[in-house]
Amino acid sequence: MNDSVSLLHFAIAIPLLAAFATLWAGKLGRPAVQIVSVTGFALPTLLAIFAWVSYNPEVAGGYDFVTRHNTGLEAVGISLHLGLNGVALPLFVMAAVVGLAAGLYAAQSKAENLSRYLFCLLVMQSGLMGVFASIDVFFFYFFHELALIPTFVMVGVWGGRERSYAAMKMTIYLTLGAMLSLAGLIALYVKSGAESFDLITLKAHLAAAPLSDTVSTYAFGLLLFGFGILVSLWPLHTWAPLGYGAAPSSAAMLHAGVLKKFGLYGLIQIAVPLIPGGVGQWEGWIIWLALGNVVIVGLVTMAQRDLKQMLGYSSVMHMGYAFLGIAAMSVIGVSGAVIMMVAHGLTVALLFMLSTMIHHRTQTFEMEEMGGLSKKAPVLSAFFVCGMMASIALPGPGLANFWGEFGIFVSLWQFKPWVLCVAATGIIISAIYALRAIARVFFGTESEDFQEVQKEHTVIDMTWAERVPALILIIVLFFIGFFPKTISSSLNDALESEPVYATTEAEQGGSH
Amino acid sequence: MPTDTLNSLGEIAATNTWGAIYPEMILGCLALFLLVLEVVLPKFAHGAIPRIAILGQILLLGYIVVFDPSGCCNGVAFGGMIELSGTGQALRIFFLLASIFVSYLAMVSFENKTLARVEYFAITLVVTGALSLMAMANHFVMLFVALETATVGFYVLVSYFRQNVLSLEAGLKYLIMGALSSAILLFGIVLLYGAASNPALAGSSEDAMNFQNLRAFLEANPTDSLAIIGMLLVISGVAFKIGAFPFQIWIPDVYQGAPVSTTAFLAVSSKAAGFAVLLTLVKTFAPLSSVLVPVLTGIAALTILFGNFAALTQRNLKRLIGLSGVSHAGFLLIGVIAAQAVPQATNWVLFYLFAYLLGSMAVFAVFAHLPKVWDSDLELDDLGDMAKRNGFLGIALAIGIGSLAGIPPLAGFIGKFLIFVAAFKAELYVLLGVGIVGVVISIYYYFGVIKAAFFEVWRFTDEDEEAEAAPALPGATLTGLGKLTIVVAIAGSVVLGFFQGPLGSWLSGQ
Repeated sequence: MNDSVSLLHFAIAIPLLAAFATLWAGKLGRPAVQIVSVTGFALPTLLAIFAWVSYNPEVAGGYDFVTRHNTGLEAVGISLHLGLNGVALPLFVMAAVVGLAAGLYAAQSKAENLSRYLFCLLVMQSGLMGVFASIDVFFFYFFHELALIPTFVMVGVWGGRERSYAAMKMTIYLTLGAMLSLAGLIALYVKSGAESFDLITLKAHLAAAPLSDTVSTYAFGLLLFGFGILVSLWPLHTWAPLGYGAAPSSAAMLHAGVLKKFGLYGLIQIAVPLIPGGVGQWEGWIIWLALGNVVIVGLVTMAQRDLKQMLGYSSVMHMGYAFLGIAAMSVIGVSGAVIMMVAHGLTVALLFMLSTMIHHRTQTFEMEEMGGLSKKAPVLSAFFVCGMMASIALPGPGLANFWGEFGIFVSLWQFKPWVLCVAATGIIISAIYALRAIARVFFGTESEDFQEVQKEHTVIDMTWAERVPALILIIVLFFIGFFPKTISSSLNDALESEPVYATTEAEQGGSH
Repeated sequence: MPTDTLNSLGEIAATNTWGAIYPEMILGCLALFLLVLEVVLPKFAHGAIPRIAILGQILLLGYIVVFDPSGCCNGVAFGGMIELSGTGQALRIFFLLASIFVSYLAMVSFENKTLARVEYFAITLVVTGALSLMAMANHFVMLFVALETATVGFYVLVSYFRQNVLSLEAGLKYLIMGALSSAILLFGIVLLYGAASNPALAGSSEDAMNFQNLRAFLEANPTDSLAIIGMLLVISGVAFKIGAFPFQIWIPDVYQGAPVSTTAFLAVSSKAAGFAVLLTLVKTFAPLSSVLVPVLTGIAALTILFGNFAALTQRNLKRLIGLSGVSHAGFLLIGVIAAQAVPQATNWVLFYLFAYLLGSMAVFAVFAHLPKVWDSDLELDDLGDMAKRNGFLGIALAIGIGSLAGIPPLAGFIGKFLIFVAAFKAELYVLLGVGIVGVVISIYYYFGVIKAAFFEVWRFTDEDEEAEAAPALPGATLTGLGKLTIVVAIAGSVVLGFFQGPLGSWLSGQ
């Protein structure tokens, strides 16, 4: 059974084709490379925005743009089945937007072997578009790996300090996470009796005959810890700050911003709806480890002196909130988690990009050795303050992150108030490190080291080549902040159609 | 009298379906033809002989793939000596493909050496034919004769670089170990024969070496201790061939010392033949599976762990790939065990073998082109600057290693994935766990190879200076034929990872 080609195919294929075209364009010189690669990032973004606008939530099964092809393994229960539902759509759009920003930033960077660098980035982008567009669980995993491999290469080849060690540590940790989640997915395939990796088929089979308690315990455990490693669940998070610290900025943007959401997305779309019993069995684990992310990693973030390390730890910390939102198993909690994933993806990408721009100006990531940068680069400081405010989910300026955390906190209040009390300390922690970073980098007096640097380099404000990618991210962030309904209405519809999220809330509503 | 001879010859021809083994006969004839050519052709034209060998094999392979992909006939032939089946035909294609690669690798690695050449190609052809017959064997006599033909050929191929001490050492070790394993195998066969042809026991048969008869006997006497010991010895003998723990000791030294083409031949074809035999034997020994399955499970787990842990510390390239091949044998064993409960798994094992062939051949082809007089001395450091000095070989190495490591979107990933699915279906949870641990460990050393080849060079240095300092790769010249061969290997790895297309229904066992 083969359907016609849909825009999702193009969104996946264009970056991949552009990747090879970029390699070839390397012979024609830098402008050709830039044009080809930016096209490869821009077209999928346009397609994603078109999908966002034209998405029809009324379609049967909740999936729009559905298309299915046999790649040869249909008889084994695997087919290239693509489509977007309310949960996948916002992440798909976010992946495209962050990809465009990362691509634009990379295209103007001074990376060695620019065409190869953009090749890796475009392959990664292709994988990212595929992850959120896949209905088939096998291809969901497949595209994740397709995006992951270039990350290792980019860290190892173009990375900064300790890149070799960081690349190896990332590879081993993430392979372990991927293998555990693969084992969990195979468990679903075999034990559901569906003999299919198609999410819709699996759902139908498991709704008719849920897994036994033993099977659901270990299958959910495999998925939880497999995905958990990929999302940097405490204490399996140590690869993340190290890897992001060493990664070149565009790779860090795409990995921390988008690819890391794979695990959470897998929990929301696959693990929890398919194994509803598993969440209850692992509830204590999820809550305690997620609180470890929020509180312990939060405190570690406060102690960081290196700007990029601090951002790496803070992104690990924020994943804790998403886990808590999922553990609450209610529509509002999970939709809060998804909105937070989208907002966090945009924010962390922005901050990683800005931190590299700061590095270009101060020649260091040590916050002690900066200071007073806002006088020299007011626009950069405005962007950075904006990004930091978004990151700590300040409600004021209409940033998207607030809606995400707000939803999660509301769901936690309904779910277990004590968890909310502990998790709320995270707000204070993140306010402290964010404000301290802003103060150290941009305000106050210039440190002696920074004055030394200025003797050799003239510090200029953000150039337009740097402003465009940052503006793209900020605009989308504000747009979702002011009009959260654009994503939340179809998102809530999709979640309410999942019995597991909808019934939990109904039961809780009854008990209150 | 002549009429009688002719009649009896006609009878032989009619009953023995010679046509069923035409590929092996053609391979044998081609081998003889090469030897004749060496005598007939003038000396300056001898360079064409390896090319003729490769061309002949490609034509044969093309004929089989196009006109006869699923085998001309099914069932037993030669009085039950061999069994023709789709699996056998797939393995035939496998061995031919592997032997084309091996012949090419030999051409490359003989380039700067003064050695008799033609014999190598002739022996390769004979060994390939023997391995192919071994995979189809349905009788212990056939199995043993084919196995010995292949092994004796390998004795020569392993020690072919007679000026190199390591190659000679490898030859000696392979000779002793090969003889030992043959002896163990033979002893096992004799015990089985002795048990199964005992007329006092139920189900005994006069032709007890035939696998069907043996199976019938084992079904009637599933607790016969003599038969169980015989089975364990036979399995041990085969374990030598596939390099399974604890019979893997010969692998590092022999793989390191042998010429790179022979290493590839051993790693790919010899191992695959072992698995073909094992797949047949596991079916034959199915009545004894209460003993066999735990033994194989233990062997598989230890093989994966040993191969991966031993490869961790290796710096010699061929030892490293050899030990990683040990762990691949472990993964294949999982598939073999699972095949008892999950019939499609037989085809999944074959798919894994094809993926392993393509990945290994790409890697060995890169090794053959590295600048060292003796490829036994190749170390990880020799890969340095790979990306800069020869980007094409760099890509080939990356794809080959990636496929062996089981990284999507390459064929090796699909292979491992199917093996894991099979293990899950057959409820081999312990092996599945060991397999996952093995994959994670293996990432470390495969990553080390990639690191050695790519990461050290592309650092923040002045590019022009680097380019001047690094000379062009002074290894064997990469000819058009060479590029084509490597492209076939890496394109196969990539395409089979993305799109299994026509193989799909075969993979699902339909």
